[in-house]
Amino acid sequence: MGIDSLPAALSVIRPELILAVTALVCLALDLLYKPADKMPCWAVAFFGSLAALASTIASWGTEQEAFSQLVRMDNLSNFFAVIFLMVGLITLCLSDSYVQREGLPAGEYYTLLLISMTGMVFMAQANDLMTVYLGIEIMSIPVYVLVAMMSKSPKSPEAGLKYLLLGGFASAILLFGIALLYGAVGTTQLADILRQAPGALKASDPLFLAGVGLLLVGMGFKVSLVPFHMWTPDAYEGAPTSVTAFMSVAVKAAGFSVLIRVIVLSLSPMAVDWSQIFWWLAVLSMVLGNVVALVQENIKRMLAYSSIAHAGYVLVALTTGTETGIHAALIYLFIYALMNLGAFGVVIAVSREGDQGVEIRDYTGMARKRPLYALAMAVFMFSLAGVPPTAGFIGKFYAFSAAVKAGYVWLAVIGVLMSAVSAYFYLRVLVVMYMKEPEAGAEYSAGPWGAPIGAGVSVSLWVCALSILFLGIWPGWLSHFAQQALQGLTSLL
Amino acid sequence: MLSPYIPVFVGILWAALLAAVLIGVSLLFGPNRPTPEKRSTYECGIDPMIGDARTRFSIKFYVVAVLFLLFDVEVVFMYPWAVLLKRLGLLGLIEMMTFLLVLVVAFVYVWKKGALNWE
Repeated sequence: MGIDSLPAALSVIRPELILAVTALVCLALDLLYKPADKMPCWAVAFFGSLAALASTIASWGTEQEAFSQLVRMDNLSNFFAVIFLMVGLITLCLSDSYVQREGLPAGEYYTLLLISMTGMVFMAQANDLMTVYLGIEIMSIPVYVLVAMMSKSPKSPEAGLKYLLLGGFASAILLFGIALLYGAVGTTQLADILRQAPGALKASDPLFLAGVGLLLVGMGFKVSLVPFHMWTPDAYEGAPTSVTAFMSVAVKAAGFSVLIRVIVLSLSPMAVDWSQIFWWLAVLSMVLGNVVALVQENIKRMLAYSSIAHAGYVLVALTTGTETGIHAALIYLFIYALMNLGAFGVVIAVSREGDQGVEIRDYTGMARKRPLYALAMAVFMFSLAGVPPTAGFIGKFYAFSAAVKAGYVWLAVIGVLMSAVSAYFYLRVLVVMYMKEPEAGAEYSAGPWGAPIGAGVSVSLWVCALSILFLGIWPGWLSHFAQQALQGLTSLL
Repeated sequence: MLSPYIPVFVGILWAALLAAVLIGVSLLFGPNRPTPEKRSTYECGIDPMIGDARTRFSIKFYVVAVLFLLFDVEVVFMYPWAVLLKRLGLLGLIEMMTFLLVLVVAFVYVWKKGALNWE
């Protein structure tokens, strides 16, 4: 690549550049400003992410490759980048007062969040297995640190260590898979892999098949599918709640962006093989996630298991390997991002210093004292359960109907049954909030929801709740954008 | 298909052979007068630490190790760049300076935060 093509190449990775520069500025600001005056960091991070979002939206519709085809910007990558940046912005809103309350190192927190988002956008734009790997690492390493950041609580460093060890292991497996795949087809470029796959399949090259299997394991870990989910409940429970919110939606969506690009699109010639594996992973994730969530008392843990189940629903759509399936997965991920962030937003609003008040019984009678939080939580819980006027229903409708259309009727049946199971533990939160009196204990007389929480949390709760209702009633425009995201890629199927 | 790797294989063989010859020759012809000091494990010239390796030690070592790794990789990356600087031209220079700038910001941060102070 010559220097003449540099500006064009840089314009492809513009969102990443904006995020990375913002991260460096945040780090520098952290040194310049003394503690207790960390506002500039937050504002810089917020406007940096906003600029990255604007630049992504501005490049909607363009299709371009750069850096020797290592990265590729198209509507699919833009769609995912919009999800990541939207999640990032809402997470920042949720974080501001939380970071201050819990005494987290603000400069480092925002810097790591931004670097992680940079990695995610790289993952979405990956056009080569090396970019996939680098993106995953750029995303994951800051998240390992973020999980362990609440050093006052004994759970947080433990969660960070677990996540780091298992994450490192999964990365190694992924890299091993990439190496085997390279050994089999002699390239790491996704387009070349797509060209070589039929030949490797015809020869049933064991190197190739093992490579694909290991790739699946590595990605299954990132999106926490059963049986690669072991880290999820502990990491989600121990992490600062704002980080859990971020991880449970953005990291998962990033994992799926890679899964869609590498497995579903670039390995479409072997769809017969991986769709069977997907079928089992989806069923196991839905069953285990939903059933184990039934007995959770800690709401963060409950949402962790629910996130495993939701990864299963997305996989139901992807099992089909059709255009309708990917379309449904995109819609599901977008909607899931909003409703899960919202639910964690309420958890942040309700909790007290030291991450107390995250048991489901702490929500007893909340509707009396904090009707708006309770109402918002009701919207999110209904949406996660998939009850009609909310967007969660739309997401599940698209996912299951894609499965039925492709002939996976039993998969859809299991999905619907498991959604019915999930209604129990989602609606249990509502029962506790609305149909029980607040406990008489002194601790609760002031309410665990007494402490005022920053405006950022309220704003993000409003944004999430209203957009869920809006998308539940008018899902057409989201479906339209998801359709555009797949333009030009469906020829690969 | 494997032919490009044959020189590597020959190199490995050659290295193993050389090592075997050197050790063998010194065993055959060298004087052998063991003392307790000579027989003990070499550990930077100090008396070897005896005991379980799984003890707690200061977290400062981790910081040093991580920082070492960082700058180690940086130098490894710079070496081939320096060799090929002429061919990479201005673009290579810009890329390396960007890389270094990022590292310098992180380095200044680490320095100012006192991670390099042992006390």
